[in-house]
Amino acid sequence: MCAGCGGLEAVKEIYDIIGEKSVFINAAGCMTLLAVYPFTPFPGSWLYTAMASAPAGAQGIRDALDILLEKGRIQPEEDLETVVLTGDGAGYGIGLSATSAAIDRNLDFLYICYDNEGYGNTGQQTSAATPYGARTATSKGPHGYPGHKKDLFAIWAAHRPAYVGTVAGAEPLDLARKIGKAMEISGPRLIIALAPCPTGWDFDPRETVAIGKLAVKTGIWPLKEYVDGKLTHTIIPRQRPPVEEYLKLQGRFAHLFEPERNEDILGEIQKRVDDYWEGIC
Amino acid sequence: MKRTMLTGNSAAAWGARLAGAEYVPAFPITPQTEIIETLALWIDAEEMDCRMVTLESEHSMITAAGAAAATGVRVFTATSSQGLLYGMEMIYTVAGWRAPFVMVNVSRGLSSPITLEPDHNDILAARDSGFLQIHCATCQEVLDGILIAYRLAEHERVRLPVIVNMDGFHLSFTREPVEIPDADTAGRFLPQYDPENIRFRAGAPVSEAVTVLGGTPYSYFRCEMHLAALNAIAAFDECAADFADLFGRRCESVESYRTDDAELVFVMIGSFATKARAAVDSLRRAGIAVGLMRPLLLRPFPRDRIRQILAGKKGVAVIDQNLSVGMGGVLHTEVASALYGVPDAPPVLNSFIGGLGGRDICAEEFYEIASVTGKAVAEGRSLPPRLLFTGQELVEIRRLQAIAKARRKNLNGGSNER
Repeated sequence: MCAGCGGLEAVKEIYDIIGEKSVFINAAGCMTLLAVYPFTPFPGSWLYTAMASAPAGAQGIRDALDILLEKGRIQPEEDLETVVLTGDGAGYGIGLSATSAAIDRNLDFLYICYDNEGYGNTGQQTSAATPYGARTATSKGPHGYPGHKKDLFAIWAAHRPAYVGTVAGAEPLDLARKIGKAMEISGPRLIIALAPCPTGWDFDPRETVAIGKLAVKTGIWPLKEYVDGKLTHTIIPRQRPPVEEYLKLQGRFAHLFEPERNEDILGEIQKRVDDYWEGIC
Repeated sequence: MKRTMLTGNSAAAWGARLAGAEYVPAFPITPQTEIIETLALWIDAEEMDCRMVTLESEHSMITAAGAAAATGVRVFTATSSQGLLYGMEMIYTVAGWRAPFVMVNVSRGLSSPITLEPDHNDILAARDSGFLQIHCATCQEVLDGILIAYRLAEHERVRLPVIVNMDGFHLSFTREPVEIPDADTAGRFLPQYDPENIRFRAGAPVSEAVTVLGGTPYSYFRCEMHLAALNAIAAFDECAADFADLFGRRCESVESYRTDDAELVFVMIGSFATKARAAVDSLRRAGIAVGLMRPLLLRPFPRDRIRQILAGKKGVAVIDQNLSVGMGGVLHTEVASALYGVPDAPPVLNSFIGGLGGRDICAEEFYEIASVTGKAVAEGRSLPPRLLFTGQELVEIRRLQAIAKARRKNLNGGSNER
């Protein structure tokens, strides 16, 4: 893994809470390279599926465990939490249909999407999670990526699952409370974790935590949860510094500042953040 | 045991029921859908203790099937054609998980053009995946084949998933007399699945299907799969012998019909082979020494048995119900590879391609194939692949095209322009 990986920071914090009575069902992405034959850093179980169908893998395992429990072929203490682990490429794109259908079926599972806002494992090409204006390996022009980041939280919440939350590794208490809460309920529980990516976002690995904190403070990464049909912001940044404080630490936004400031794009990014928080704080 | 009239799809559902399938991830596709509808009806009526889940695609369906099998329950599923291809990434993937389960494929020609009728390009696209393949010619074989497939998949020296194949319409929707084994005897043949080390449990962590770095560990796992698949040749004979003891019906890995004293042999798989069988009887009455060889087991490929059956024959005509575009028939190349360099191998091995998209192969065509192959034997050389398509069929197509053209002309006020 790369030094300063924000995805790993979040996954480590999450795993500490979930624990080893779990089976992680993984889709193709950076974290696929954690378990390399014949070694694994995970004390629990792991199944690699493919890029598009990790939630269907969770369906098969959950159903099989339920059948075995019903028939008394395994004991309740042998049961496992089924946890889907994917990046944003799978979560926002190729695997979205499988996730939507798993929520339709009210599958009892936890979904962790580490979001580094691009196809990080292949060198940070544009994904549906890439933010407006960011330079990626496939958006190298002077304006960066011309589209806007997909609102996966809203798409997931529209299915009315048991729980949806956003977290950041740089806010570990908020993260711990949300994972703890998700572990206490059953049904589809889905988490998007911001994953600052030194390699893909082009910043010094030592800045991972600072960038995560700034994402929350500037309001560009809202920490929120949807539970019992209700949306709540868990950390409300009342004094929001300008979003460019977050942007200027990252090489992927450098073209917005040098050789001259791109006021249009910077203004558009700030406006979208302001519009989001209007009426909330 | 009771004897009744069943479609191939009903026979498949009975196979899954008698095998005690505990979990069925499903997705509808013509001409397979009747299988999952039948199972759903039995589950709802509590005649079958099983859980069915409808997935949103075959890709997800095969993922769920493999994942459940890897957790330690007995899994059944079914698909066809476009569905099999949509799930193809997972066909290869779950075979590598070495999680045994059984899937029925109801063969149907592949798009484009889109059709509902059968040929074998769908199932042969899964040829190299690691799934074993059993090809059925009758509805009885569909039922029996599924029971044998579970024994084979779960065999301790095999541990690979199995596809049981039948032809759409010609078997799936055709009623034939089928003997349905009683549940107790089926249970004796196929006791409860013992997953042994195949499982996910708290307190006994396992990592499955993890990344390998470099060719050596990759080759290690691929070679293991190949050796396990080869073990399935002997294992099939074991299972078939046990099956025959209990049910009195013998499934051979390669069926040979009137081949002992034959000079020419037809080679076919699937239900269209029953047409070849009827043609063999007619040709025999006309004094022509023809036989039929029909591999039931296509993966693993029963090479030795095929060599044995074809040893000393003068000519072989492989009739493929598939087309490897730009090459010819897939089964033909497989048979050729089994025979090359074998001392007693037939000197003539001809290739014919017919039955694409359900096109009939009529008796006269089998007679012509025998005649052409007989001449090739006399001349001492094999012929290039021949595609069965008659002049009359071409006339029909041209006639339809002319009608469509004329209608368009009328719509355009007499002009040929669009």
